[in-house]
Amino acid sequence: MHDRSSSGLHLLHDTDTSKRVSPKDLPFAVQGMTVAYHHKPVLWGVSYSAPKGCLTAIIGPNGAGKSTFLKAALGLIPKLSGDTKVFGELIEKALRRIAYVPQRSAVDWDFPATAIDVVLMGLYGQIGWFRWPSRKHRQKAMDCLKSVGMQDFANRQIGQLSGGQQQRVFLARALAQNSEVYLMDEPFAGVDAATEKAIVAVLRQLVADGKTVLVVHHDLETVRDYYSHILLLNGQHVADGPVETTFTSENLQKAYGGRLASTQLDGLSEASNS
Amino acid sequence: MEQFFAALTLSAGYNTALVCAGAALLGAASGAIGVFVLLRKRTLISDAVSHATLPGVALAFIIAQVYFGSGRSLPVLLSGAALSAGLGVLAVDWIKAHTRLTEDAAIGTVLSTFFAVGMVLLTIIQSMSIAGQAGLEGFLLGATSGMLRSEALTIAVAAALIGLALVLRMKEFSLLCFDDGFAAACGYNVRWLDRTLLLLLLGIVVIGLKTVGLVLIIALAIIPPVAARFWTDRVPVLVAIAAGIGASGSYIGAALSASAPNMPTGGLIVLVLFSFFVVSLLISPVRGILAAALKHYRFQRIVHLRQGLLAIAHDEPVLEPLTRSILRRSGFMGGDGQPTRKGQSQARLIERDQKLWNLYREMYPEESHALADWSLKPIGKVLPADTVCLLEQELSPHVVRGGETGNGGAG
Repeated sequence: MHDRSSSGLHLLHDTDTSKRVSPKDLPFAVQGMTVAYHHKPVLWGVSYSAPKGCLTAIIGPNGAGKSTFLKAALGLIPKLSGDTKVFGELIEKALRRIAYVPQRSAVDWDFPATAIDVVLMGLYGQIGWFRWPSRKHRQKAMDCLKSVGMQDFANRQIGQLSGGQQQRVFLARALAQNSEVYLMDEPFAGVDAATEKAIVAVLRQLVADGKTVLVVHHDLETVRDYYSHILLLNGQHVADGPVETTFTSENLQKAYGGRLASTQLDGLSEASNS
Repeated sequence: MEQFFAALTLSAGYNTALVCAGAALLGAASGAIGVFVLLRKRTLISDAVSHATLPGVALAFIIAQVYFGSGRSLPVLLSGAALSAGLGVLAVDWIKAHTRLTEDAAIGTVLSTFFAVGMVLLTIIQSMSIAGQAGLEGFLLGATSGMLRSEALTIAVAAALIGLALVLRMKEFSLLCFDDGFAAACGYNVRWLDRTLLLLLLGIVVIGLKTVGLVLIIALAIIPPVAARFWTDRVPVLVAIAAGIGASGSYIGAALSASAPNMPTGGLIVLVLFSFFVVSLLISPVRGILAAALKHYRFQRIVHLRQGLLAIAHDEPVLEPLTRSILRRSGFMGGDGQPTRKGQSQARLIERDQKLWNLYREMYPEESHALADWSLKPIGKVLPADTVCLLEQELSPHVVRGGETGNGGAG
């Protein structure tokens, strides 16, 4: 194991994270994250710091630990080592500054709730214990539904929504949290083109408002269009940085190995950046 | 019968009234908690909790008998029950965390072992030939006859407190049950929330032992929410209905038991609850069987109506008798079998709607596959306005009319 972590890949991220910035300016900094399921490492010594106010895609092959990376960084699953700092604070104490959008498949959509009920859940932290959502909270939830184009479906049972609509509700819930950092786990999985457009518009608006957004992303063909930065994972940290300099066929080859044909790689990395 | 109505109307004596009221509060609280146990998909663990109370009850009886001379003190027995049930839950948790066994396997093992220990202890107590042991069998199947006033009062107060605690935490419990990952990411201590929920459940099981008995107490937590789920799609309403069903079922059951003291109270309560379940299953307008049949009838009607109108739009003859009669009854077809003017204009609307649907299915096959009611409802009522707008543009790039198309269609 150790000879793997001391390879050139490891050196690469060391140089990347050694910029001279105060930890208070780093919205999401992960240090030495290692996660294992039943003694089998899934993530090995990943260190990464998200660029502030940027839209970053987390990409990598299946099983590269992309979702695991988010979950472990948030403390949702146990990790063997590593910590996450949000603006210099340990994440456990800074969860209010983070909004997390889980995978749509993580929940049972037959749950007795309407779309607006789910969005209101994003406000529970602000409402506090022993109190109920007020008219003001409902209005805010409604505004969030509106910004994802779902205002007409506020009172529909969530099981009766399509996959794309469910994903929009999840996004609206995260918007309701009004956080500084957004972590999203495959928001584009199984959604229609209109929903994809709506989600991209929301992501861009978030970045325009100065938020830091990290998205686990599957579709390599849209990376260039949607994101300004990437983090490439393959069980380990492969590379991170601006799309123009990091989304190269060399790096993709490192992350995906033989799983991408070289012609495919050339097509992706040389696509015009219009 | 007379006695039953007397018990039902709280006029069969102060004791009976207190027992019935206590049972009603117990039913309300356990129904409300059951909602979250059900939504958290942990109904099985409540069975483990209840069966794990038996060795505690028996041990507490023996200890109290040895040290105080009498084992028949409800608070002592219930404390024993709570302790061993808590131990049972911890055992399940431990097995789940430290082995690769699944929760149901862990529950099965713990449940049967604890129950076995309890049965052995009960037999030992019976061979000890001491007074007061007869009451212990009541813990198995529930017995309210001979319940003391103080006991009934304890049950009522404890149930009310547990119910109150639950209602105060309802928001957090809903979040936990729907999306525990999100709850954890919001900073809620999911483990602790789960423990609190189990603790409340444990409290209900323990105070319900005397009334319903440990074999059937799980029914009091499970049947009311399952029955209530037929009636609503909202958590607060679900909690209210489940509490209502639990309360009335337990109340009626306890009253029945008061008029027939030889019958086990727990069994009667569960049977009454079951009848609530059957009624809900049949007649609920949301998810009931009759409603489903009615929905199927309407569904068939919509299909025929739509296909008939599409045939009219394409100038094809409508041959199927059912379709013709539905079209006639809706005023879309005259007695001569020719479409009316109203029918023709409706046919054009439906044709346009169908075109949009076809386009949608062509453009997003995966997405439309997941939609249950594509092309049965006007597209604007199923898809968001921006998607419909996109389809409209695709269909006729020069005319953009927003998401209005289809709103006047058959619904």
